[in-house]
Amino acid sequence: MIEMTNVYKKYPNGITAINGLDVKIDQGEFVYVVGPSGAGKSTFIKMIYREEVPTQGNVKVGEFDLVKLKAKKVPYLRRHVGVVYQDFKLLPRLTVSENVAYAMQVVGKNPKAIQKRVLEVLDLVGLKHKVRMFPNELSGGEQQRVAIARAIANMPRVLIADEPTGNLDPETAWGIMDLLEEINNHGTTIIMATHNSDIVNRVRHRVLAVENGRIARDQEGGEYGYEG
Amino acid sequence: MKARTFWRHIVESLKSIKRNGWMTIAAVSAVAVTLLLVGSFIAILMNVNKLASDVEEDVSVRVYVDLAAEEEDQEALQESLEELDEVETVVYSSRDDELTQVIGSYGDEFGLFDGDDNPLYDVFIVNTAAPEVTSEVAGQAEELSYVADVNYGGATADRLFEVMATVRNVGAIIIIALIFTAVFLIANTIRITIFSRSTEIEIMKLVGATNWFIRWPFLIEGALIGFIGALIPVSIISYVYLSGFDTLMTYLSGTYFALLPPNPFLYQIVALLLTIGIVIGSVGSSLSIRKFLKV
Repeated sequence: MIEMTNVYKKYPNGITAINGLDVKIDQGEFVYVVGPSGAGKSTFIKMIYREEVPTQGNVKVGEFDLVKLKAKKVPYLRRHVGVVYQDFKLLPRLTVSENVAYAMQVVGKNPKAIQKRVLEVLDLVGLKHKVRMFPNELSGGEQQRVAIARAIANMPRVLIADEPTGNLDPETAWGIMDLLEEINNHGTTIIMATHNSDIVNRVRHRVLAVENGRIARDQEGGEYGYEG
Repeated sequence: MKARTFWRHIVESLKSIKRNGWMTIAAVSAVAVTLLLVGSFIAILMNVNKLASDVEEDVSVRVYVDLAAEEEDQEALQESLEELDEVETVVYSSRDDELTQVIGSYGDEFGLFDGDDNPLYDVFIVNTAAPEVTSEVAGQAEELSYVADVNYGGATADRLFEVMATVRNVGAIIIIALIFTAVFLIANTIRITIFSRSTEIEIMKLVGATNWFIRWPFLIEGALIGFIGALIPVSIISYVYLSGFDTLMTYLSGTYFALLPPNPFLYQIVALLLTIGIVIGSVGSSLSIRKFLKV
């Protein structure tokens, strides 16, 4: 469960990105985060995995209190929160299977368990046949699938997807969407920031519209609501 | 740390060395070149220092005994010389011994002065504990009774000591400066290799790696680069020193001078260079990575 109460975030350069935001997301929900660029979407997302710390207010993710969380303990939060980016952020020097295995080695799992789980998640994302390839040998959609496989390898309770389809063509984007749906069906909370009105309008889920650093609209099964 | 995790760090650092190809070569070369300079300078300066000490050891105070001195007076003089502070040994050389030496050095013609015609003095050859106090001891010896004259090379010896002191100080400064240059160069090269991997580190942090989990492979990699880089100058210096030592020592045979023997001197240099390489490599990489860990 994710809970933000009365959250403010002011950057050192004077910009107030989040301006008194309250939200509660239950375990297993699928939530779209929409809104114009510069409205605070990114900051909102980053506060969930503590890349940013609020200047005021409370953020709780599961049993972690992110405001009080010491820098040393941040890695342990990140193991419960998988993150997928628009630009994939794969390690270019590691093969597909090594990229996925990396997130599990970090936790200190034993090699046999890692090998088993790597094949399991790569099978889930449909890339079992490309385990030995390097990221630059894959298409954009395939790279995003590897990133997702990595994000869910440790079975996180929450999966954050920051514009996961932003760099992909529509057809590939739908493939990624199906994958996220399937992961959500296994009980993982999905928080997806997106500009893709097509997806939001056709696959209906809870929509959080962030404007001027606040939740302007919180609607179960809502529409995208902006000019596509 | 679990043994498995540590093993993983070692494997990871080896992979990284292989995959970073040119960067590894650049870093290893930087280590090799600077350590070759440091090592050569240490080898040369330590030997110059050794030769200087040999020269200084050779300087002794010659105390000429007044011809009027009886045997008891001579014994008393020897005792008072031995009682002086800073005096290590006092060796007696009679006028006959002195003449034999002169004949040995300058030729048989001096044999004419043999016996009662010998114009030389009996001499006490005084060796001091430290070369620097030679003139002081000479001054004290001059005050004693039955001393005809005192000779220690005077101005020449003083000048020699000055030059040697300068050589030592300049040498020490050069070596320290070179080690600093080495630290800077190596740390900088490693910093560049790490900088090119800052995204990599960022991702490691985002998937939940602890700082030490990220740091270890870099630390091991730096130490390995330092070690490999040190092996090159170590083998060059060993080869040159061993062959140079044999050649030079044949020239120096029969003199007071000797180079520092490879055992233990060469082993000390080897150990020093390997240590500097490993320490600089690992310290350099952990310093450079610090900045990137604050994600």
